[in-house]
Amino acid sequence: MSKAINVSKAVELIPDGASVMIGGFMGVGSPHRLIAELVLQNRRDLTVIANDTARPGLGIGQLIDAKLVKRLIVTHIGTNPETQRQMIAREIDVELVPQGTLAERIRAGGFGLGGVLTPTGVGTVVADGKRIIEIDDQSFLLELPIKADFALIACWRADYSGNLDYALTARNFNPVMAPAGATVIAEPSEIVPIGVIPPDDVVTPHVLVDHIIEKGRSNGR
Amino acid sequence: MDDKVVIAKRVALELRGGNLVNLGIGLPTTVARYLPAGITVHFQSENGIIGMQPVPEAGLENEFLTDAGGGPIGAVAGSAAFDSCMSFGLIRGGHLDVTVLGGLQVDELGQLANWMVPGKMVPGMGGAMDLVSGARRVIVAMTHTAKGEPKVLKRCTLPLTSVRRIDLLVTELAVIEPTEAGLLLREVAPGVTTDQVIAATGAKLIVPDNVAEMAIGL
Repeated sequence: MSKAINVSKAVELIPDGASVMIGGFMGVGSPHRLIAELVLQNRRDLTVIANDTARPGLGIGQLIDAKLVKRLIVTHIGTNPETQRQMIAREIDVELVPQGTLAERIRAGGFGLGGVLTPTGVGTVVADGKRIIEIDDQSFLLELPIKADFALIACWRADYSGNLDYALTARNFNPVMAPAGATVIAEPSEIVPIGVIPPDDVVTPHVLVDHIIEKGRSNGR
Repeated sequence: MDDKVVIAKRVALELRGGNLVNLGIGLPTTVARYLPAGITVHFQSENGIIGMQPVPEAGLENEFLTDAGGGPIGAVAGSAAFDSCMSFGLIRGGHLDVTVLGGLQVDELGQLANWMVPGKMVPGMGGAMDLVSGARRVIVAMTHTAKGEPKVLKRCTLPLTSVRRIDLLVTELAVIEPTEAGLLLREVAPGVTTDQVIAATGAKLIVPDNVAEMAIGL
């Protein structure tokens, strides 16, 4: 059975106020058509969990431009002055998380762990309000899991059952986020018949993926 | 020689064949241009690749092959691509031999601040906290002063990136090794005196009798 649906139908599933994990690193490996459709359908008050907000006009930056984001959990906003402006104006609540910690918190969320212990951030402002746990004379921060209502991920290929593989640096947070979204919508560069992706090459197994975005008619498919 | 070239050339001398190396955005990225001849190192980009290199020639870009700034890169034969958990597992887990980062401040404890200026600039730490906490060797590459004000201080006034003591500081004036006893002046740049370094530094420097000159071949 095919999991392919139209991008507008997919975004209709996402309500205002939803928490949404979005893959990508400076827009590379972000699900650009899903993002454009979120803007088109004007989904508001979103909580966005992502590595960064790219730049104005690019990737997740388009959600920032359209003022659709209420809360942001990211590692870096230095490349997007509009995100910084909205943060300083208190229009958007930003939690900055070290990149490795963000990846592991999301992994913990998706894989049923109660949290992760990391040395990153010990003794810095990142440790404020967090439990310190000593193991073998080394201090670790207890960092809590992150899950989301939706994971919106980009991949290279999807087969119709939802098996996914990825391309080079467009992989980044995408396979990490897939297990952590209650509903997972994948936007592939291409959809291939079931069986085309060899089992050893499947990075995200189909059971994690709820919907895959089909290409529009305009591009000749 | 341009200040930033001095810094990049000197940092390049710290890299050893076979090292896994992460270069930060900006000045640190330029270190790759000055690798000593005959040395092969593996460059990691934290967005998920080992084996990054410049795009071999215009027209060979790939939209899915980019550096941490989103710009196009190339990949050497034998490169490996992976997700963010693997990328930071390599960094945090002690598998990264050297990280080279920019800095806003370094202090007498060898602690680095490089990710925010409260009230002025809050870009976020990105991968910097993991890199400084986890890399085997942390090298900070930065200008010695900013607008005439020292960036090497008794204590950092900006929020720290990590409490870990960095291994080496390279500026356009000097090479400084933070040690348990304090900041040890190892080398000065060609034409720079130890007094000039001391005058430009807002922290106590331990100055040995003989301070070598950077071997950067002017």
